[in-house]
Formats: sequence, structure tokens, C-alpha cells
Amino acid sequence: MSWISRDVINILDFTRDELETLFREADKLFEEDYRGDDLSGRIAALIFLEPSTRTMYSFYTAVNRLGGSTLPMSMAEASSIAKGESFGDTIRMFDSYADILIVRDRREGAATYAAEISESPVINGGDGAHNHPTQAMIDLYTIRRLKGGVDGLEIGVLGDLKYGRAAASFILGLTLYKPSRVYLISPETLRLKPEVRDVIEDRGIEYVETSDLKAAVKNLDVLYVTRIQKERFPDPLEYQKVRGSYRVDMSLLSEAREDLIVMHPLPRVDEISREVDESRYAAYFTQAKLGVYIRMALLKLILVG
Amino acid sequence: MKTVDDGILVRKIGDGTVIDHIPAGKAFTVIRLLGVSLPPRGRLAIIVNTDSGKLGKKDIVKIEGQYPDEDVIKLIALVAPHATINYIEGYKVVRKFRVEPPEEVVGVVKCSNPRCITNSDREGVSPRLQLVSQNPLRLRCVYCERYTEYEDILNQFMEK
Repeated sequence: MSWISRDVINILDFTRDELETLFREADKLFEEDYRGDDLSGRIAALIFLEPSTRTMYSFYTAVNRLGGSTLPMSMAEASSIAKGESFGDTIRMFDSYADILIVRDRREGAATYAAEISESPVINGGDGAHNHPTQAMIDLYTIRRLKGGVDGLEIGVLGDLKYGRAAASFILGLTLYKPSRVYLISPETLRLKPEVRDVIEDRGIEYVETSDLKAAVKNLDVLYVTRIQKERFPDPLEYQKVRGSYRVDMSLLSEAREDLIVMHPLPRVDEISREVDESRYAAYFTQAKLGVYIRMALLKLILVG
Repeated sequence: MKTVDDGILVRKIGDGTVIDHIPAGKAFTVIRLLGVSLPPRGRLAIIVNTDSGKLGKKDIVKIEGQYPDEDVIKLIALVAPHATINYIEGYKVVRKFRVEPPEEVVGVVKCSNPRCITNSDREGVSPRLQLVSQNPLRLRCVYCERYTEYEDILNQFMEK
């Protein structure tokens, strides 16, 4: 499928070969620390109706480094949405102003709907607990850069596998590859949703579900940590029961393989201890940095080719 | 179709549709579901909890003088997956078939996910669900991809 004017809604809309094209483009941009005018005269609307730091600002940076302009609309309060305008009307309006829409909304399926009504391509910047495809691209790219690839690795995904969109998209992304085993580590109540589990099973990925981080960590090449997100819990009591269930610190990591990498889509709260930041295991700041190059590569492929 | 002979007399219909093998107690749900598309005219008979060889107990709905079209009939499978449809003309069964759920259900069944964009009143996005499996009946939202199960569908039509 051609990259030009393509929507980015779900990581599974892409094949492994297409992701490889994206990663090669990101490699070039990364190695040159590229600045250019590829997007000169083009406008990217940043429609973020839910809080965002990394995703919004890394897209903002990516557009600027490629010489394009941004049309930011952050948080519902500052806009006509607060006056009662629908999301659909907002999308139609920005569609007429911009060449590409990058959209975040708390409602699941919002990006699919936006892509349905918008003529300009839509990039899903996160829709509720559903998808975060560009985060998954960054995650897979980070593993490719630091580990040479995903195939054959033992990968643990820790935290909120039920409501976490980054975890869900990362796990779906892994199914495009051949990891030797995936460990799904979470409290009982935050186990993977059936819709994602069915994809793993259909694609024949070997996986283990466990609550025992200490036992699992010994086997891992990659530990992907996610925050237990208070804002996704329908019931605050349910959140109170599981908050702080896991903590990745140096004592835990003393049990790990020497070349384990610890990843996190950020923001973190207290699930990774600060002492890990300085250790050889910490890959999360590299991951955040690579995010800009992946988003630059994506914008370049979609708007320029 | 065999005559129902369990002591309650429900006359055969001359022309119309008989929906047979509805799970016991679900006849009213079928009626509510059909009510979406079927204008109320002619006589309607509902037989509840009658004996059935296959199901133990079953419900039957007889609609006089009407032949709901195929798209409407397919919806019956969402609440009565084993129902059979008999079209009657001149007191004879002219066509009999088992219901098959549609591949896509648009605007009839709500997505089970309260946070789905289709459940946001302000947006007015029509729910679109695709068939994932027939047995057990399971649909998936085109937008948020969440599953809506048979039980969820029954609850929606019982609520109304």
C-alpha cells in the first residue's frame, strides 16, 4: 500500500515490510539529525482533546524540523468543543484548513471516525484505551535500534494491559514479528482484553500471563513498563486496589539478564525507580528521543512520499 | 411446520411468516427487534414456552399477512440464533430457512463499550458492528473494536 495520504489508525494497518520502510527512513533522519524544508507550505493540525506532552510536542517538533507549520488545538476548554461543538464538526473544519490531522480524543474509535469523515490523512495520537499506533512504531523501532530486531526476543509487558493503549498497541505490534515469547505481567484485574488476546492467539505468538514480575524478569530481553492510568478506570476503587502494584528498581534488576532493556512510553509515576535512570538498563529516554525521528519519517512518507 | 399441540389453541395462519425455534422467553425480544423495521399491522400471535424437541422449550411468533424482508429477518439471528423462518401462503409453507446473522449490523445494536465514539450522543455516529463468530454470537465494533456479545445484545433489547 502506498504511504501517500495514508491514515495511521492502528498498528495492524501496517505490514512488517512497511514498518521496515518507515524505520529505514527514521534511520536516515536520525543519523543526519535532519532538518529540512520537505513540508514547506504544508500545515499539520494537532487536535489534542486529551492531555499530551510527548506525543503532541514530538509531532510539533517533527513538523517544524521538516519545515512545515502546525495548527495546534489543545484541550477542549480552549476551543469551540467547550461551547458544544461536536468532534465531527471540529474534524471537518480542521480538514479544510490543514494537510494532515493528528488527533487525540478520549473516546475509543474517535480516530477511525475522524478518518472516515476527513479527506486529509488522519494520524491517531491516541483514542482512549484503544490504540496508540505511533507509540507502537517508536517502541518497535527502539527495540530494532538497541537489540537489532524483535525476532527471537523474550519480551515482558508490565502494568495495565486492560486500559493501557500504549501496551495494547505495542503487543499488537509485536504480533507482526516473531518474538520467542511474550510475558504479559499484570495484576489479575488488569489482564489483557480479549480483543487483543485473540489477535495474539490467531497469529500464533507464544505468551504467558503472570502476576509474578520477579520470576518473569530473569527471562527477559526487553521489559516494557506501563503506568497504571488512573484516568481510564471506570471505578476509582478498582484503581486504588492496584496502584503501585509493581516497581522496577535495581534490586529487581539484579535478577535480570545483563543486556535487558527497560522501556516505558512515559509519563511514569512511580513504577520505575529513579536509580534505574542511570543504569545500563534504561532505554526510555532513548525511546522518547527516537519518537521525533519516527514521527518525522511518518510525516515525510505520508505527505511527500 | 408441525402444528403446535400443547393445549393452547393458536390458529394456523393463511398467509404470513412464522418464526419458530426462538429460545424460550425471547419472543418479546424478537418482537422488539422487529419493531425497529416492521410496521404494526395485521394480527400477531406470540406463543411462549411451548414444548420443543430440539430446545426443550421454545417460543414462536406468527405474523399474519407480512413477509419481513431479508435484511430484517437477519437481525432475528442476533437474539434467536437458531430460529427458523417459515413463509406461509394459502396455509402452506412455501419457504423455510434458518436465520443467518448479517456480516455487518448498522444502526441497530449499540457497541457494548460506553467509551466508544458511537455511544457519544453529541456525535450521532451510527454504530457499526461486524460479525466475528456465530456460535457464540459475537460482534466487533468497526470503530473501537470492542466485542459485543450475545448477552449484551439481549440486554439492549430487553431494556427498551
